[in-house]
Amino acid sequence: RLEMFRKRPPPEEERRVRANDREYNEKFQYASNCIVTSKYNIITFLPVNLFEQFQEVANTYFLFLLILQLIPQISSLSWFTTIVPLALVLSITAVKDATDDYFRHKSDNQVNNRQSQVLIRGSLQNEKWMNVRVGDIIKLENNQFVAADVLLLFSSEPHGLCYIETAELDGETNMKVRQSVSVTSEPGDPNNLASFDGEVVCEPPNNKLDRFCGTLYWRDKKYTLTNQNMLLRGCVLRNTEACYGLVIFAGPDTKLMQNSGRTKFKRTSIDRLMNTLVLWIFGFLVCMGVILAVGNAVWEREVGSLFQSYLPWDPPVDNFLFSAFLSFWSYVIILNTVVPISLYVSVEVIRLGHSYFINWDQQMFCSQCNTAAAARTTTLNEELGQVEYIFSDKTGTLTQNIMSFNKCSINGQTYGKCTHLTHSHTKSCTYLFKVGDSHTHEFFRLLSLCHTVMSEEKSEGELVYKAQSPDEGALVAAARNFGFMFCSRTPGTITIREMGQPVTYTLLAILDFNNIRKRMSVIVRNPEGRIRLYCKGADTVLLERLHPCNQELMNITSDHLNEYAADGLRTLALAYRDLTEDEWEAWAESHRCAGKATSCREDRLAATYDQIEQDMMLLGATAIEDKLQEGVPETIAILSLANIKIWVLTGDKQETAVNIGYSCKMLTDDMTEVFIISGHTVQSVRQELRSALSFELNGGVKQLQCSPPPPSNLTDNISGEFALVINGHSLAHALEADMETEFVSTACACKAVICCRVTPLQKAQVVELIKKHKKAVTLAIGDGANDVGMIKSAHIGVGISGQEGIQAALASDYSFSQFRFLQRLLLVHGRWSYLRMCRFLCYFFYKNFAFTMVHFWFGFFCGFSAQTVYDQYFITLYNIVYTSLPVLAMGIFDQDVPDHRSLEYPKLYEPGQLNLLFNKREFFICIAQGIYTSVVLFFVPYTVLSDATQSTGVPLADHQTFAMTTATALVIVVSVQIALGTGFWTVINHVCVWGSLGSYFTIMFALHSQTLFRIFPSQFHFVGSAQSTLLQPVVWLTIALATAICIVPVLAVRFLKLALRPRLSDTVRKYTKTHVSEGRLGTRGGSRRSGYAFAHQEGFGELITSGKNMRLSSLALATFASRHSSSWIDTLRRKKHTHTHTPPSTSEEPLFGLTKGQMMMMYI
Amino acid sequence: MVKQKQETANQPDNTAFTQQRLPAWQPIISAGIVIPGFLIIGLAFIGIGVALFVTSQSIQVLEMDYTGVDKTSPCNRCTDPNVKSCLCQMDFSIDTLFKGPVFFYYGLSNYYQNFRKYGVSIDYNQLFGDLSYFTSPSEKCSPYQYDNNNNPIVPCGAMANSMFSDTFKLFQIVNGTNKEVPLDGKGIAWWTDSNIKYRNPSVTPLQMAFNNTVKPLLWANPAYQLDPADANNNGFINQDFLVWMRRAALPNFRKLYRRITSGDYTQGLPAGNYTLQIAYNYPVLSFGGRKTVVFSNVSWMGGKNDFLGIAYLVIGSMCIIMSIVMLIVYAKFRFSEEE
Repeated sequence: RLEMFRKRPPPEEERRVRANDREYNEKFQYASNCIVTSKYNIITFLPVNLFEQFQEVANTYFLFLLILQLIPQISSLSWFTTIVPLALVLSITAVKDATDDYFRHKSDNQVNNRQSQVLIRGSLQNEKWMNVRVGDIIKLENNQFVAADVLLLFSSEPHGLCYIETAELDGETNMKVRQSVSVTSEPGDPNNLASFDGEVVCEPPNNKLDRFCGTLYWRDKKYTLTNQNMLLRGCVLRNTEACYGLVIFAGPDTKLMQNSGRTKFKRTSIDRLMNTLVLWIFGFLVCMGVILAVGNAVWEREVGSLFQSYLPWDPPVDNFLFSAFLSFWSYVIILNTVVPISLYVSVEVIRLGHSYFINWDQQMFCSQCNTAAAARTTTLNEELGQVEYIFSDKTGTLTQNIMSFNKCSINGQTYGKCTHLTHSHTKSCTYLFKVGDSHTHEFFRLLSLCHTVMSEEKSEGELVYKAQSPDEGALVAAARNFGFMFCSRTPGTITIREMGQPVTYTLLAILDFNNIRKRMSVIVRNPEGRIRLYCKGADTVLLERLHPCNQELMNITSDHLNEYAADGLRTLALAYRDLTEDEWEAWAESHRCAGKATSCREDRLAATYDQIEQDMMLLGATAIEDKLQEGVPETIAILSLANIKIWVLTGDKQETAVNIGYSCKMLTDDMTEVFIISGHTVQSVRQELRSALSFELNGGVKQLQCSPPPPSNLTDNISGEFALVINGHSLAHALEADMETEFVSTACACKAVICCRVTPLQKAQVVELIKKHKKAVTLAIGDGANDVGMIKSAHIGVGISGQEGIQAALASDYSFSQFRFLQRLLLVHGRWSYLRMCRFLCYFFYKNFAFTMVHFWFGFFCGFSAQTVYDQYFITLYNIVYTSLPVLAMGIFDQDVPDHRSLEYPKLYEPGQLNLLFNKREFFICIAQGIYTSVVLFFVPYTVLSDATQSTGVPLADHQTFAMTTATALVIVVSVQIALGTGFWTVINHVCVWGSLGSYFTIMFALHSQTLFRIFPSQFHFVGSAQSTLLQPVVWLTIALATAICIVPVLAVRFLKLALRPRLSDTVRKYTKTHVSEGRLGTRGGSRRSGYAFAHQEGFGELITSGKNMRLSSLALATFASRHSSSWIDTLRRKKHTHTHTPPSTSEEPLFGLTKGQMMMMYI
Repeated sequence: MVKQKQETANQPDNTAFTQQRLPAWQPIISAGIVIPGFLIIGLAFIGIGVALFVTSQSIQVLEMDYTGVDKTSPCNRCTDPNVKSCLCQMDFSIDTLFKGPVFFYYGLSNYYQNFRKYGVSIDYNQLFGDLSYFTSPSEKCSPYQYDNNNNPIVPCGAMANSMFSDTFKLFQIVNGTNKEVPLDGKGIAWWTDSNIKYRNPSVTPLQMAFNNTVKPLLWANPAYQLDPADANNNGFINQDFLVWMRRAALPNFRKLYRRITSGDYTQGLPAGNYTLQIAYNYPVLSFGGRKTVVFSNVSWMGGKNDFLGIAYLVIGSMCIIMSIVMLIVYAKFRFSEEE
């Protein structure tokens, strides 16, 4: 790889690119379009990977040990006792890294070899993506991915416009418009581009997706370039036949690649605890080393110096202090097994196993979107069992972002009450409307006229609506279903088909929507020449503007509105007003004035709009269902039973958010109080927060004011049920440093918190706030690009992979397609993972202490000489062969209660949140048990064997017999212990436990066999000791005694604990048959709340009336259609085609929430 | 149909393994198992304990310290390092028949055969009879690798060098005369040691193999002359050498010296007066060591070992007590549960 050695050019100050001039551009050595996300190649793999691995402290530590072992004076163990496990650990990690990298290579290759059309010397040639250079002009076609960051030069669409979808970039699926610089698109002929030689000077590569500044120099003129002219890599070209662009940034310089920085490495709390504990163990190791070294110094002085007639000191060791120093290091070597090298790799293996179980889970597979759950991070599983706070996005996460027209109230009559979202309901409505009066017609006429939807006839008769917001789409689609079909529009006309008859209205004005007006209107002239204003908007604003004669109808309608809102539907009120020619003229004049005004244009326009939207006649109201994802209320109910607090962070408006809060059962009418914080100033927000908190204290606990305890304690004492709704602008104040504690204490006392109108940054800030103030595990779940911040900052990020692009899923740690899978992820997988990991860790530390501490006790009887008790092969293999598999099998497969039980008893989740199963206390218990076992394992053989003899009279107190006895007892004791710890004995567990025991004896006999000794006489000097030891009854009696002393107290304590203080899981496990699962959760409630349903931005009205966003072809067609209204036969023909072509059109536009069945109804 | 297939293309396999539904045995620590279990274990332990204790009680042991620390001790004069080839005698009497076979041990205390450097100081290849290690012994043997004249020491190393060198003769005093008790030194080492682990080089005569080597510094005779009586008991497979080279695990240890199995003593040592003649060669006083001789007979479970029996009795009774406690707790717990 030459690039690696090539001198890196200094950081770019600015970028100069000349079109069609490769030689010129090559001078700058810009990065090519070849991307490399892989880390290694075949040659660099070994050194680079090893280097990376030795950056891990644990690995370096063991390397250090290895070096110590090579020093003969302190080498108390052969070097292979360390190198074998180390090599094993390193190679397992290396294999994992290699496979990961292999897949990266594969995807790199796939991307780099995509085809792209490059304009070279005047002709288009196919090139691989990786061969595209900066300065090339490339041709892009519809639905193609953009190969690099290119400057749009020419588009097949009018005005040099081109449409892109940026889902892969920022997750937004709505289309965005890009426009080429006018000079380059004007020639109109792409062939001219071959001679284009403009030069672009622009900013150096950066990661700002929404910003670009540069200048195009061409034919001695300067043109300013903005982000509006750029197509970024990763976008997809839509609705544009073809376009040409100049490559500005390629490969790693593209904004997409610049943004794909390394994600923050997340660690679990168990990880952190584990690291702390390992540090403590290090400390403990050093302490033991010091104690034994001091012992060695004393011994050498008192005994060893006198024993020199038989064992002289080594020449370098001429005094006891130096000997003690060496002895310290020797003991560090033999006691190193308390810090087990295999711990980290075992933990990784277990987590990997859990991740696979998540990926494999059929109950988290969504058959509609054909996606299974995916654990994208394999290191966080056990933290899923400890979540206390869930931060959820609303749209696309709790709701499907599918709007469906559900109910309506026309002239005081409500429709669609009887049935709920079924096809038969729609059918019955259609019949009703047929005999219906003019009000009904007017109602649907309004829906088909008053909107900013664009229609597009893809193929003949196949009508596709492009709506800015799903609400609007649903309304227009509903109107179509009920016989008022919006066909096409031009800047000045709207053509609809009323009950099959095409009618063209002249569009006089669009009074566009904005957040303050909360309504939109159109003024149209019908073919008869009557001018009418149609208005739809939030009931709160619209009902104020009605003509007084509507009073009675208004009362009925607002009752209906309340009903709809109570069902969690999004409501809109509809009204019209007839205008006389004079009124229209006068208003149009003032509107023109306002439009031309240079100052306060917005305000003046709003004022004119306000002027005409008066004295309207109420038509009725619509109710749109913002469809919840499947199972959301149930999931939320179960999660809150599991003591998980759920916060909804949404960009939506307060009303919408509160509505959803009610419909998904986060907010209920049983709640003591729902606080709404919407102050605009620091003072008011503080005031509102304080009053909420004091209310909570007074309302929840009777009298608590005697002495104000710190807020963190306060919140635990509140018993009432509260909810908090806070607005984005108030949140900005609440998140300030001086108020955040108040905010946290108020919010955390609430059962549910809804933050509305929050920015993506605020979402992340809220998560950070909780992370900072509460020692709690947080989980963020979302589906859009705006959730990426919070997904990344939460302990666990979950992405909904589905509707809104893949950005969130890419940034997440876990992804699946339905919110309801969250309960299974947390309560089943998370809980099991946590349980298994805790049991694993407890046992792991236990077995290593039991193993290692025997050396410590032996130290007192061997002159502190760092003599090992066991055979060196036993030390090598203990952790990697004899005891590794049973504990791994337990760590991967163990279950305390079956999965459906943990969903039935959400309280089972609590131990994880309270961190009960593995904490410092549990750790010390394990350590104590391990030390106890080591004492037993040393002193029982010590007392028994010191005087014992074989039945042939040969003493048993030789070192090899002693080693064999202790080792065998150890293996048996830890095997029994793991058997006791395993609660779920699958075949694999049996194989592992019995297999490990079997392998111990097999390997021991093999290592002590004559054959091996004959080959390596100096290595296997334990020859024969296995046979001679294990044939002795005394040895077996000793082992049985030691095992009994170790295990009997454990069993007794377990039993007493189970009998006296059973955990919920024990009880569930025990009485698993007697309990019946609780019934389904209650039906949806009925508090009266109103909302409105505009989810889109303003400004589209202007685009329509200016005609900018319309295709030339469609424009021409529409004008043609409006002039010569199509013949009857033509209509019939189209109708037929529409009929036959509807299924594809609906499947393409699922936003409208229509089904095939509904579409067919209208034509029957 | 094809569409159906595509829709479920990513569906995970529905196997018991992937869905974590493997059939499994789920044991519960229930009273029905634990309490009777403890009872059975307790009874079994008590049974074994009684058997062990009774057996152990029947074993006779006679132990005598002959280090000679006391001025009155017969071997006191031998403790002077200047005295060479010192002989001393210990008289003792046996009241009842010391049932055979009687084993004769020597014991050392405060002697650290288990010291790491002591244990390492050995050349297994040399002792395996590999002649190349005769000329250049392993470095591990240092400082007993070469002598001052740079001749290789065979067998090298501290362990071999410090071989126990006291010898004993046992006489029964019958009618005022000493009647030598025959001591059998065959098969006192591990079979694997004498047949596999240690080997003489296949050179005859054995002495030839030791050309250009020196005996360990503390040894009186070279390795090929360890047993003048039995030619096959020389070199590295000398039984006393093998016994010594089997490292003790603890600083106080016994090693088998001889068996008393032949002649008039097949049934054991009859009651009477005995005298033990000790060739006192091995100094231990300098480091506070003690030397003892031990006569003992064995049972099926080996030598005298009261601890094992007592420990079994204690653990067994604790199990029974525990089961009673658990029964009480369980009864109470069940009672409250039913309420």
